[in-house]
Amino acid sequence: MRVLDRKVVRDLRRLWAQIIAVALVMACGVATIVLAVGAYRSLEETRATFYARQNFADLFATATRAPLRLSTQIDAIAGIRSTEYRISKPVVLDIQGMMEPAAGLVVSIPDTAEPVINKPYLRKGRLPFQGRPYEVAIDEKFAIAHGIGPGDGFNALINGKYRELAVTGVVLSPEFIYALGPGDLIPDERRFGIMFMRRSALEGPFDMEGGFNSLVAKLDTSANIEEVLDRVDDLLKPYGGIGAIERDDQISDAFLDNELQELRSMALVIPPIFLFVSAFLVNMILSRLISLEREQIGLLKAIGYSNLAIAGHYAKLVLVIAAIGLAIGSALGAWLGRALTQLYGTFFSFPYLIFLESFDLYALAGGIAVAAALAGAANAIWSVVALPPAVAMRPAAPLRYRSFLGKAGLIVHLFSQTTTMALRHLARRPVRTAITSLGTSFSVAILCTALFMFDSMENMIDFTFYQSERQDGMLTFSNERAAESITAVRSLPGVMRAEPFRSTAVRMIRGHRELEMEISALPANGDLARVLTDSGTPVQPPSSGLLVPEWVAKKLRLKPGDIVRLELLQHDSRVVEAPVTAIVQTLIGLGTFMELNALNRLIGDGNRISGARVKIDQNRLDDIFDEVKHTPAIASFTLLSAAKVKFREIIEQNIAVMASVYVVLAVIITFGVVYNSARIQLAERARELASLRVLGFTRGEVSSVLLTELGVIIALAQPLGWLLGYGFAWSVIRGFESDLFRIPLVVEPSTFARASMVVVAAGVVSALIARRRIDKFDLVSVLKTRE
Amino acid sequence: MNDPQLARSTEPVFSTRGVTKVYRTGTVDVWALRGVDLDLYPGELAVMLGPSGSGKSTLLNIMGGLDVPTEGKVYFRGQDLSTYSERKLTRYRRDHVGFVFQFYNLVPSLSAWENVALVTEIAKNPMKPEEALAMVDLEDRMSHFPAQLSGGEQQRVAIARAIVKQPEVLLCDEPTGALDSKTGVIVLEALARVNEELGTTTAIITHNAGIRQMAHRVFSFLDGRISEQTVNETRIAPSEVSW
Repeated sequence: MRVLDRKVVRDLRRLWAQIIAVALVMACGVATIVLAVGAYRSLEETRATFYARQNFADLFATATRAPLRLSTQIDAIAGIRSTEYRISKPVVLDIQGMMEPAAGLVVSIPDTAEPVINKPYLRKGRLPFQGRPYEVAIDEKFAIAHGIGPGDGFNALINGKYRELAVTGVVLSPEFIYALGPGDLIPDERRFGIMFMRRSALEGPFDMEGGFNSLVAKLDTSANIEEVLDRVDDLLKPYGGIGAIERDDQISDAFLDNELQELRSMALVIPPIFLFVSAFLVNMILSRLISLEREQIGLLKAIGYSNLAIAGHYAKLVLVIAAIGLAIGSALGAWLGRALTQLYGTFFSFPYLIFLESFDLYALAGGIAVAAALAGAANAIWSVVALPPAVAMRPAAPLRYRSFLGKAGLIVHLFSQTTTMALRHLARRPVRTAITSLGTSFSVAILCTALFMFDSMENMIDFTFYQSERQDGMLTFSNERAAESITAVRSLPGVMRAEPFRSTAVRMIRGHRELEMEISALPANGDLARVLTDSGTPVQPPSSGLLVPEWVAKKLRLKPGDIVRLELLQHDSRVVEAPVTAIVQTLIGLGTFMELNALNRLIGDGNRISGARVKIDQNRLDDIFDEVKHTPAIASFTLLSAAKVKFREIIEQNIAVMASVYVVLAVIITFGVVYNSARIQLAERARELASLRVLGFTRGEVSSVLLTELGVIIALAQPLGWLLGYGFAWSVIRGFESDLFRIPLVVEPSTFARASMVVVAAGVVSALIARRRIDKFDLVSVLKTRE
Repeated sequence: MNDPQLARSTEPVFSTRGVTKVYRTGTVDVWALRGVDLDLYPGELAVMLGPSGSGKSTLLNIMGGLDVPTEGKVYFRGQDLSTYSERKLTRYRRDHVGFVFQFYNLVPSLSAWENVALVTEIAKNPMKPEEALAMVDLEDRMSHFPAQLSGGEQQRVAIARAIVKQPEVLLCDEPTGALDSKTGVIVLEALARVNEELGTTTAIITHNAGIRQMAHRVFSFLDGRISEQTVNETRIAPSEVSW
């Protein structure tokens, strides 16, 4: 081994603690990108494979009741490759051990053959046999939530008729990866289940002999989707078709897409920030570390080493550090990525997972990390090799210090001499102080970025469940009913207050822009459901006109006073016009709001309602549940408290896990940075501090110089860190925006405080370690070495 | 006024008895001191001569509480320093000892006055920083930072910093080692003046044999032992020191 290489090995051994700290900072940057993008890509791939294997449909359409003979015409549409004509209807379920009624969606499978489109993936048991109308296969989440499986049974209210069903199998369907029950904001597998039954078992109860109400189709890859959708719409419109949709608009796929987009957003926004921050910090640390080698670099030059050879020597040191960081980061990232994929896989109920190894990511993350490390070292090396060796071998000329206040500062002594030492040292190298502070503020910022998501989620829950939706429960009728039905709802046991609502699907058109959505109509002076502005002030629905969510307004470029066209999708696609009255805020869904009578006037089919929001006497929940279970007119009853719990659960599973991983990585980065700052500071000031010890200053007094410096840097870093953190949070939130969710940007003061506390704690721990080194100063040898 | 001949009848400030120092570096033992007996008396100016590695700096460091002997005793005013804890040694340095080093060891971020005040802030009975600086003829350079001072000036600041606490002993390790003859003389003059006016017991390590003539006594070191001890019957002024 060449002598210089031996020096590399010994330097590595000498600097091991700092090297590990730098490598960890780098590793965290690498790990975030490997884990986040890796998990996201694996889930995408898993979904794609699952869809392909189960032959997931490309087109979905529903009708009220269309005759099966229509199939000849539909199958003949150019671009349609295969079709399945199904019966798909909501049912009310009575599950043992569950007080409230559950909702179900029953989907038919062909009598004589196995389904070819949206094939259920059989997890357990078998599909129902033909000719056994009581047999049912249920989706896995529902099965797990209730602990039921093949051989068990439950009761269902199928179109008003009670039927005992026997479970034959447990399945997973690509169509219901994300199964949203009626009136639900988020999926709740306990209260909503999917069941598959043979067609003949459903034809009778739903009066569907020779008919269908759900169409799924596979299209040729060359098919013109828009055209196919139009043709299908034309054919189904007379039978209550409300518009065929392509796969992207299918609710489960859209939700899944949304979840994956959140993951992608986390993967594309946060890891680059982490990687950039870690690269910056590695650069900063190595630059200072190499600066300490000044005299040795000068010596190497003096005995005849070329600049290139010297640079190569230090590059080796840096590359070893980078390699350690990269190895730890890749391994950690791959392991965490796998764990996260598994977690999300369970959450999405994929039957299997496909892990993708993303070598491009290792290369990318590694390249950035290595480049940052080398650049940091090069910066320091070149500044030294540029000097004549004789100059380089001498210590750097003492810095010219100044008094803060000019001459006056030398007369008015505000601080003790040791404090003055610390402050002047910082003030003398303002750029370096600023860069170190900036580095520390990045630590504060990434902590804010990882932590703020919890704030935003809490705010979203508060806004949705405490400010806007204030009812205890929501009743949805099987069909729209006369407005007078509200009286019947009010007389249900336990109902203390009931407010009717009507909702209808529309296509909102403004110029060449259009958007499909649901209009929710609320009674004037209602109190249970409130529409809020951006600032949280309730807005009464106007006697005519629309309250449009900010997000929709942005998409369609709407402002108050604009007139939009509404295509009433459930009412012969009649087109009506309505003015935009105000722009409001919603966080979940695209819903636009209207006053109930105003919507009824627009539709023109009399005073009708779709259901009611209710306040319930909590002591009489049993009674109302019992009543609902036996009232065929009520399709579903959703308890909001259950939704709140579920919502929180989903967020915790989903975002909190990811955020927690980021918090941990941010903490490691923070410690790595602050520790290294303290160590380098100590190395740079060793001689000076040892002199103080010789003069009779105690260890504590000497440490205070270092602590003051560290303290000032950390203090300066806080406000900047908060600002940067807010900026990072903003960019993360922007990445989250989707059709289904809008997450408000909320960073609570407590989050800033928490981030700061972690950084301060890192500072204290680092200071204690530095302090231990001050205790171990070899005073004699420090003084013997030349300044 | 401080006749060391007179002083010798009193108790010594320092007494070392059989002081041995062994540095264990890996498998090799390096004997820096091999049993040194030495007494320094109040007001005495002693010069320690000897080649590199003869042990003079090690002894000075032990006397100054920067190091502890492997064997033997070091008495400062009757107290055995070799039994002192780290905390007590710090206290001892703070209260009794002034150091001057070859490379000044000034704090670059503090002005001359502040470098001196650094000590007055923690000392028991210090002079004013400006008085100490006046003793080394630097009263008009008080607000200069080290980088703005010449080597000789920096060393004089270091001397001022060492004496401002009115220490009982002043330990100087090659105080003129980094200086040319002209500035070296100025520094020596400052040391002699402190020794005369404050009566500070002063030990100076030097390679420069010319300096020996300004001492009361000269100790020559060789291989970790005192090889020779001479008393100067007549002393010369620092300005007469041949370089």
